[in-house]
Amino acid sequence: MAPRVGLAVASVLERLGHTCEFRSAQTCCGQPSFNAGYWDEARAVARHAIGVFAGAEAVVGPSGSCVAMMRVFYPQLLTGTPHEQAALDLAARTFEFGEFLVEKLGVTDVGARFPHRVTYHDGCHGLRELRIKNAPRELLRHVRDLELVECDEPESCCGFGGLFSVKYPMISTAMAEVKGGSLARTECDYIVSSDPSCQLQLDGWLSRSGKKPRTIHLAEVLAGADA
Amino acid sequence: MTTAQPGSARDTILARVREALRVPAPLPHMKSHAAEEAAPAGPASLTILPVEFARPWLPDGGDTPEACLAILTENLGKLKAVVHRAADPTAAAAFVADLARDRGWQRVAWHGHALVEPVATALPCAAERIDAGAFDKNALETCDAGITACEALVAQTGSILVSSATCGGRALSILPHVHIVVATLEQIVGTLGEALEDVRARHAGRIPSMVSFITGPSRTGDIERILVLGAHGPKELFVVLVG
Amino acid sequence: MTPATSTAAPHGTFEAADPHDAKKKFLHDAAEHVRDEGHRAFVRKALGGYYASRDTQKARYRDWEHARDAASLAKWSAVNRLDELLPKFVANFERNGGRVHWARNAEEARDIVLGLLRAAKAKAVIKSKCMTSEEIHLNAAMEKDGYGVVESDLGEFIQQLRGEPPYHFVFPCMHVRRDEISDLFGKHLGTPPTDSPEELTMIARRHMRRLYVDADVGITGANFLVAETGQISITENEGNARLTAALPRVHIAISGIEKVVEHLDDLAVLLPMLATAGAGQPMTCYNTLYAGPRQPGECDGPAEMHLVLLDNSRTALLADPEQRDALHCIRCGACLNVCPIFKNVGGFTYGTTYQGPIGSVITPHLRGLADWNHLSGASSLCGACTDACPVRIDIHHHLLHNRRNAAKSAPSRLERLGHKVFVMVASRPWLFALGGAVFRKTLWLVKKLRPPLLRDWLATRDLPPAPAASFRSQWRRRS
Repeated sequence: MAPRVGLAVASVLERLGHTCEFRSAQTCCGQPSFNAGYWDEARAVARHAIGVFAGAEAVVGPSGSCVAMMRVFYPQLLTGTPHEQAALDLAARTFEFGEFLVEKLGVTDVGARFPHRVTYHDGCHGLRELRIKNAPRELLRHVRDLELVECDEPESCCGFGGLFSVKYPMISTAMAEVKGGSLARTECDYIVSSDPSCQLQLDGWLSRSGKKPRTIHLAEVLAGADA
Repeated sequence: MTTAQPGSARDTILARVREALRVPAPLPHMKSHAAEEAAPAGPASLTILPVEFARPWLPDGGDTPEACLAILTENLGKLKAVVHRAADPTAAAAFVADLARDRGWQRVAWHGHALVEPVATALPCAAERIDAGAFDKNALETCDAGITACEALVAQTGSILVSSATCGGRALSILPHVHIVVATLEQIVGTLGEALEDVRARHAGRIPSMVSFITGPSRTGDIERILVLGAHGPKELFVVLVG
Repeated sequence: MTPATSTAAPHGTFEAADPHDAKKKFLHDAAEHVRDEGHRAFVRKALGGYYASRDTQKARYRDWEHARDAASLAKWSAVNRLDELLPKFVANFERNGGRVHWARNAEEARDIVLGLLRAAKAKAVIKSKCMTSEEIHLNAAMEKDGYGVVESDLGEFIQQLRGEPPYHFVFPCMHVRRDEISDLFGKHLGTPPTDSPEELTMIARRHMRRLYVDADVGITGANFLVAETGQISITENEGNARLTAALPRVHIAISGIEKVVEHLDDLAVLLPMLATAGAGQPMTCYNTLYAGPRQPGECDGPAEMHLVLLDNSRTALLADPEQRDALHCIRCGACLNVCPIFKNVGGFTYGTTYQGPIGSVITPHLRGLADWNHLSGASSLCGACTDACPVRIDIHHHLLHNRRNAAKSAPSRLERLGHKVFVMVASRPWLFALGGAVFRKTLWLVKKLRPPLLRDWLATRDLPPAPAASFRSQWRRRS
């Protein structure tokens, strides 16, 4: 849905001197089936993903929800199966993009410039499953000419929740309205997010409501995407 | 009405409990390793009491009598309880008598206790002793205020500990519109944990039928989550600290 | 019977007529409720004050997270040794002079209480807050048997007059505005209008006083059952429970079997945390331990004390080691207070006694997975509840567990088929890539056709246009 995010991730990592590889056999982390309770089906997709990433030094994903699925839930899904150890191995090598830069590479300044007023939306998987709070903000604070403001409820859920967004659409929309409203009240130019699912939900509501800001992925800000 | 034998519901439930617990449940995810170590694998018995584990982490109650008094006074103030320091029982009695006069109280209830009696006898209005003879709840309901002793004052929370055995029963500290507690500085303890330990020690023979921690005047937040004092219990709480 | 009891509406029920329709009713009520922006804004405003006080109180702890560990240990240890501690509690409680009655289900519990009322020749019954009594629909049964029952807790009293159940199990009338309360009191109690919360509270205070004095039976709940000493612990702010257990000659307490804690000292951790998480207070106003009826040497108190211990499917939840920790719940309500679902659909939409995240976890266990699993589905799994829980219940993951259990035991054929197709595609990279290409080419058409699910999205949200080229092809191009 958003190839430019992946390209931005690669651009930033390459600028820092690392080699990026894209394994084209990858498909999906399997979270939709997992969240719906179809764990046998999710397990099949998990096994495929584990196979795809076997032997990679580090797996970096620009999505809190996908990384949470692989790091937190694959081991649970595959516990007691022959793939349990492989799941644990993968979990130890899988990182969310902002987390990878700050915690693994020890980098907070990637030499980016983004002359806009922005606010950060904490995606729930990144925040609560992966415990990511400061890393993206540290990175944004080092972006030249960027003004970072907090909305009044940065940690509130955007309401996507995967299939929840269409199975319980009225609740999902109400949540988008509350979070989108809060984010828009900062009078920012952009809402920075580390999760394309949140972006889909928030942009969907913001655009329908005629509100000004749009989301942008953290990777695009750091790649110096200058609108 | 069901015709089940009284014994069988008990037996059924306990049997279900035993059966259910045959498979142990894992410990919840803890923040600290120490918490995980407190719970050995196997039966769910702890190697450390939760109150001991929590001691360094709960709010401060004070390490010295001075610190405890300061924290107690600050907490009582935040709760909108009124604290009055009296040098001796005579000063305490004078304070309460003045209060009764200012407020125009007609009847004040009290119970037999070394700290309470001198205050009750100095009242300018009718004083109703509720623990001599048959208890009269209708009479108590008409009283403007009730005076009790307490078993302890807890600095950590600003709470007054009373019991039905030592502080005039159950109703005296909850029915009258104003509650006046007469206490000494020696009765101050730092934490809730200490107060509970003391309850067990003090009443080792027979635990009173009611033990209550009173933390401020009665209150409610039920209307639009706005704090209002004096829901059903006393609207005002006075703590007279002697010494 | 006093005027208030005869005019008070029978205890409101919000249940779907057919329990198998609970999901349909949920969807209907949720849709209606989210449209009520005034109500949602009102509830958000009330909670804003709570968030501020809660954070102030949490900051007084030298480490709130470590305190959560301690609270969690206390309940984990007690619930996992219920086979030992429940009998120990009962033995100690009975030794103190009280009588214990066991109820396997709601009907048995109601019958026990009605039997006790009959034996006491009760004329007037005063109640303090007891969610367990809501669970077993006790008030309706008592009223049917002709007993005048008054809820003494201000919020519960207001809800009783409104003919509604509690909106939130700690703040029963948080959705009600003061002008509505003023009108309600005017209608039922004949009092003049006022917009002062203080005056409204004084009206209730004056009204209740005689009822406390005149009641012959007082019914309470219990927050904790202390095994070590055989005491029950009751937490409240108003003093109505203290009065309910002081003045009437018979005290009946009702409690779920899971409320056990092992040591009296455990309350030194649990009581302040219950207050902080539940209400943003350092300590609730009255925390009272009852060992039994009035003792020789005591000047007042009930002549009899009865405790009704309720199972009602708690043992079923106990038997699920994965979700057993849901029984650690101390009913603080913190999870409700942070839940975006609760804040947007309101307490009544859940259609059952226990709302919010914990309610969504336990209701399928208490009332049936097939009929109530939609509560576990109606969540974005944000996890705010789990972070808020003072005893570390893994709430949002249990919603996932319920979904998995439902998919196993009562799967939807169409849904299962959909997921099987998804797995087929996601296990074959060439098929996935093909699917991606089809998606990119036809999204514009699909948006026009508005099939189900997509239609639900597009009703309120836009979708971006499909990217011109796949990531794969763009990656290939750059290298």
